Amino acid sequence: MKLEYFKMNSDRITRIVLSLVSFIIVIVAAGMVYSLIEGSIPAIKTFGWKFIFSNNWDPTSGRENYGALPFIAGTMITSILALLISLPLSFSTSLFLGEYFKGTRVARILNMLVDLLAGIPSIVYGLWGFYVLRPLMIDLGIGNQGFGVFTSSVILAIMIIPYATSLSNEIIAMVPNDLKEAAYSLGATRLEVIQTVTIPNAHSGIIAGYILSFGRALGETMAVTMLIGNSNKVPDSLFGTGNSMASVIANQFGEADGLKLSSLIAIGLLLFLITGIVNALGKLIIKRMTR
Amino acid sequence: MKDKIVLGLVILLSLITISPIILIIGELIMKGYRQISLDFLIQNTPDTYSAMTAIANGERIPGGIANGIIGSLIMVAMAAIIAIPLGVITGVYLYENPGKRMANFTRNISDILQGVPSIVLGLISYLWVVKHITNGYSALAGSASLAIMMLPMIVRSTEETLKMIPDSLKEAALALGTPYHKVIFRVLIPTGFSGMLTGILLGISRVLGETAPLMLTALGSSMINTNITKPTSAMPLLIWEFYNDPNMIDLIWSSSLMLMIMVLLLNIISKQIAGKRR
Repeated sequence: MKLEYFKMNSDRITRIVLSLVSFIIVIVAAGMVYSLIEGSIPAIKTFGWKFIFSNNWDPTSGRENYGALPFIAGTMITSILALLISLPLSFSTSLFLGEYFKGTRVARILNMLVDLLAGIPSIVYGLWGFYVLRPLMIDLGIGNQGFGVFTSSVILAIMIIPYATSLSNEIIAMVPNDLKEAAYSLGATRLEVIQTVTIPNAHSGIIAGYILSFGRALGETMAVTMLIGNSNKVPDSLFGTGNSMASVIANQFGEADGLKLSSLIAIGLLLFLITGIVNALGKLIIKRMTR
Repeated sequence: MKDKIVLGLVILLSLITISPIILIIGELIMKGYRQISLDFLIQNTPDTYSAMTAIANGERIPGGIANGIIGSLIMVAMAAIIAIPLGVITGVYLYENPGKRMANFTRNISDILQGVPSIVLGLISYLWVVKHITNGYSALAGSASLAIMMLPMIVRSTEETLKMIPDSLKEAALALGTPYHKVIFRVLIPTGFSGMLTGILLGISRVLGETAPLMLTALGSSMINTNITKPTSAMPLLIWEFYNDPNMIDLIWSSSLMLMIMVLLLNIISKQIAGKRR
C-alpha cells in the first residue's frame, strides 16, 4: 500500500517536471517579446508612428532621426523578388522529385543536393555572391558595381529554394495514386494529370511552402549585407542599392548606443513581428491541410 | 509533344536549381585548398601587417584559424549542452500530452521561435547576456543565441521521432508497472535515439555556420580564448573579418572551405543515421 502510494507520487513528480521544463521555452519566447519591446521604447516614444513611415535615417548628433522605412522597403522588395525568382525553380524541382522521377535514384541524388543547398552557411552564400555573382552582374551592367537589390534577391532565391522545394515535394508525393491512376485510365496525359489532379490536390501545401520560404528570406542577414550595397534609402529601382532590416542591425550595431541602439532594437521587433505573422500564416495553412 | 516540352523544362529548371551547390563547392575547393595545412589548423589568425608583408614578399600568408575553430567548438558545445536536455524533455512532453491545450500552445510557441531570424536572437542575447550577465561581449552570450536557435529544432525532431514509435512498446512497459520516468528514459528516449540524434546533428550543423548573432554577442578575438565570459572568435566570424580586410583575402576561401567541410559532414552523417532507420 505504501509502495503503491509512493509510485503514484513519483509518476506525478515526473509529469510535473516534464511540464515545468517545457514551460521554459514559453518563458524564453515571452521574455524575447518583453525585452524587444522594452528596448524599443525610447525609439517609439521619440518617433511614434513616424518611425515606420519616415525614410530619413540620420545618426548625426544634434539632428538625430531614425526612420525604418528604407529598411522595411529593402527587406520586402528583396524577399518578394527572391520568391518570384525561386518560384519556377523550386516548383519544377518539386515536380521532378515528387512526380516525374518519384522514388528513383536520380531523384534521391537531386534531393540530397537540394538539402545540401540548405546547409550552406549564409556567409558562404554572401562570399560567392560577392566574388562570383557580382562580377557577372557588372558584366550585365546591372546595379551599382554589381551591388543592389537584384543581386541580393538572386542569392536569396537560391537560399530559399530548399525550403519551398522540400515541403511542396512532400505534399506532391502524398497525392493519392488511385486519383492519378483514375485520370490516366481515362486517357489523360502526364501533363493533364499534373494539371487536373496533382496541383489541385497539393496547391495549399505548395503555397504554404512558398510562404515559409518567404519568411526565411525576410530574416536573412549576412548574404544580403554583403550584396545589397548598404545605402540607407528606399531603393529607387530593382537594380538600385538599398539596405534591409536584418542588414542594418548587423552593420550598425557595433557603434550604436542610446537612441540609435533603441531604434535598431525596434527594427528587430518589427522584423520579429513580420516574420512571426508570415510563419504563422504558413503553419496555419499546413495545419488546415493535414486535418 | 506538349508533355515532352514540359518534362524537358522541369529537368532543365531542376538542373539550374542544383547548379549553385556544385558551383559554390567547386569555387571553395579551387580557391581554398592551397592555404590549408596543419599550420592553418593550429595557428591563430595573423595580424594585418604580417599578412601584408607576406603578400608583398609573395609568400603564403602566415597563421591560421585555430582561434576560430576552438571558439566555434566551445560555443556550439555550450549551446548544445543547454538546448539538448531542454529540447528533448519538451519534445517528450509534447508527445505525451497530445491534444492538451498547454501542449498545443507550447508547440505553437516553439514553431514561432523556429522562424525567428537569427539576427533577432543575437539582439536578445545581447540584451540578456552581454548587458546583464557577462557585462561585455562573450562566448556565453554567443552560445545563448545559438542555444535559442537550436531549441525548437530539437523539440520538433524529438516529438516527430517519438510519434513514430509504436504505442505498444510504451504500453507494455507501463503494464509491467514500470515507473513513468523509467518509461521515458529507458524506453522512449533509447528507442527514438537515432531520430533525435539526426535532429540534434542537423541543429548543430545549422548553428555552426551562423554569423549574424555572433557579431552581436561573441564579437571575435585574435587569440584562442577559453574564458567563456570574454569575447571569443568563431569560424564564421573570422570569415567576416577576412572579408573586410583586403590583406586577408587569401584566407577567406580556405576558412570557408573548412567551415563547409564541417557543416556538410555533420549534414551527411545525420542523413546517414536517418537513412538507416528507414
